[in-house]
Amino acid sequence: MTERTTEQAPPRDPRNEDPAAGSATLDTVTDSDPDGRSRGSSSRRRGERVFRGLTSGSGLLVVAAIAAIGIFLLVQAVPSLLANNANFLTSPLFDTRDPANLNFGIRDLLAVTLLSSLFALVIAMPVALGIALFLTQYAPKRIARTFAYVIDLLAAVPSIIYGLWGIAVLAPALLPIATWLQGNLGWFPLFAPGNLPVLTGTIFTGGVVLAVMILPIITAVTREVFSQTPRFHIEAAQALGATRWEVIRMAVLPYGRSGYIAGSMLGLGRALGETIAVLIVIRAATSPSSFSLFDGGYTFASLIASAASEFSQPLPTGAYIAAGLVLFVLTFVVNAIARVVAGGKVNG
Amino acid sequence: MPDAQRSGAGPSMGATGLDAPERPADAPTFQALSTGRKIKDNLATALVSLAFLIAVVPLVWVLVTVVGRGIGAILSADWWGRSLSGVLPESFAGGVYHAIYGTLIQALLAAVIAVPIGILAAVYLVEYGRGRLAKTTSFMVDILAGVPSIVAALFVFAAFISILGGVQSAFMVSLALVLLMLPVVIRNTEEMLRLVPDELREASYALGIPKWKTILRIVLPTALSGTVTGVMLALARVMGETAPVLVLVGYSQSINFDPFAGNMASLPLLMFSELSNPEAAGQYRIWGAALTLILIIMILQLGASVVSRFSAISK
Repeated sequence: MTERTTEQAPPRDPRNEDPAAGSATLDTVTDSDPDGRSRGSSSRRRGERVFRGLTSGSGLLVVAAIAAIGIFLLVQAVPSLLANNANFLTSPLFDTRDPANLNFGIRDLLAVTLLSSLFALVIAMPVALGIALFLTQYAPKRIARTFAYVIDLLAAVPSIIYGLWGIAVLAPALLPIATWLQGNLGWFPLFAPGNLPVLTGTIFTGGVVLAVMILPIITAVTREVFSQTPRFHIEAAQALGATRWEVIRMAVLPYGRSGYIAGSMLGLGRALGETIAVLIVIRAATSPSSFSLFDGGYTFASLIASAASEFSQPLPTGAYIAAGLVLFVLTFVVNAIARVVAGGKVNG
Repeated sequence: MPDAQRSGAGPSMGATGLDAPERPADAPTFQALSTGRKIKDNLATALVSLAFLIAVVPLVWVLVTVVGRGIGAILSADWWGRSLSGVLPESFAGGVYHAIYGTLIQALLAAVIAVPIGILAAVYLVEYGRGRLAKTTSFMVDILAGVPSIVAALFVFAAFISILGGVQSAFMVSLALVLLMLPVVIRNTEEMLRLVPDELREASYALGIPKWKTILRIVLPTALSGTVTGVMLALARVMGETAPVLVLVGYSQSINFDPFAGNMASLPLLMFSELSNPEAAGQYRIWGAALTLILIIMILQLGASVVSRFSAISK
């Protein structure tokens, strides 16, 4: 373990790892510029100050943006939360038609969001692992680049198009599988009959669409980390007579595990916040969630989008903003975990 | 390493070895792969290739669906040059140029704001940033990259419309898109800036050029192609965003050139509105707009990869 961490750090960007080394020398160039050495000197220093201020201001702006998102959502959500007559955490209702009698809770939103995203993750993770291994360990270099581009194209397709395709084309194609699952594995709670009369447009369908959508992001991160596996780890395994699979198991997977998990977390974050594809694919349900994959309903994101045209009165709008705040916190935590797990190995 | 080499090495070494008398010539130094290991290896190869094929299926499937259903619409005479102004829901007439204009202007306005900020923030992270603040900034860029588009839209709604009293307009959409573009621009620019060799910076300092001028005149131009690539990819990403347009602007069937007032169509918004159109013409317009959107995004992506090929720095 320790050997690995010392090996991986240096090549990419020494200046970032050890700020004192690179930047210190660079800074002395300007900072030690003696005053009044030449006429241009003071304006020169001003230029430096202005430019430095602009760049760090832009950096700060990013931090401020995140803080502002949290604060503004909170400020707008609090009055509605105070006026809420239902329990925000445990109520399956989301009734904001009467501003004087708000009843909203996130139980079902959370259930549908987590079920669809985790189901997508369960499908996408093994496939992404396979693709990343294929691209880094199996495919010849030249072909691998083209193939990687093909996978990246999956990410370029807008989510609304995945939604349209999901409900118009994929859902009917998945119907036999869904029917079989429910017929034969219906005793398992996840495959039990849900609150929809049909088996298309369920969380199951939505999860498969989400899986396709998060596949490229997991693959990209995992591929990047796998391709950084130290050459000599691989060669050492080969020298011991390992087969290709054994090389992967002994050298590539242990090295890339954290990156793979980080990539999956990023994918999960994407799935949690996906809006329009989920809104189009998963049908609305009239009865509360029964925690089955064959339920319908709304995720946080799709509920907000579905009500977007009715954002006029502050209190009902605040209810949706409260849901948005929960989604923001969820994705924040998931992305933060991804970053911590990756530990600098993954950039972006 | 090929199997033949591995198993064949033993006997030949024994035959020509120096101390042949002491050792039996036919002792196998290496053993052939056991069947179990061979099976596992082949199984892994099969599974891994299968995974790749599985990923190609939806891509091809989506593209075939969109092209197949949308090609008729985009080849019609009015598609690129007319709006849907006055077109009845069931009529197959009209075009989407109002929506194309909306998609482009919203993304461009966002780029005008996001690109300078993004490049400056990347310069900060690479050239100046140090210590806690830089670490926090870098962390927040990652978080911003993960902020769902609907949350960005809600934030703009809460801050600029609810509290500051703005009105729904295309510009509000652009503000939300800025949040989505920023991390893409920052990360791409950052990566390119880190690739600029230090020798270039040092040569400039040696001539007495101050740091800020070195960055502006030497570092940024060297990283230019990468930055442009990043901007184009960011544009491609935000053009397909539907959540912000749903929350922040109303749909209009006719052209509106003013991004600061009034309803404005965009391709995703047009598709979403037509979803509630039960007529066959609704489907016709949805898939036509989908294909148009994919074409625009593909052009941007291709442009980005062409530009990155002209990179001054080789990766």
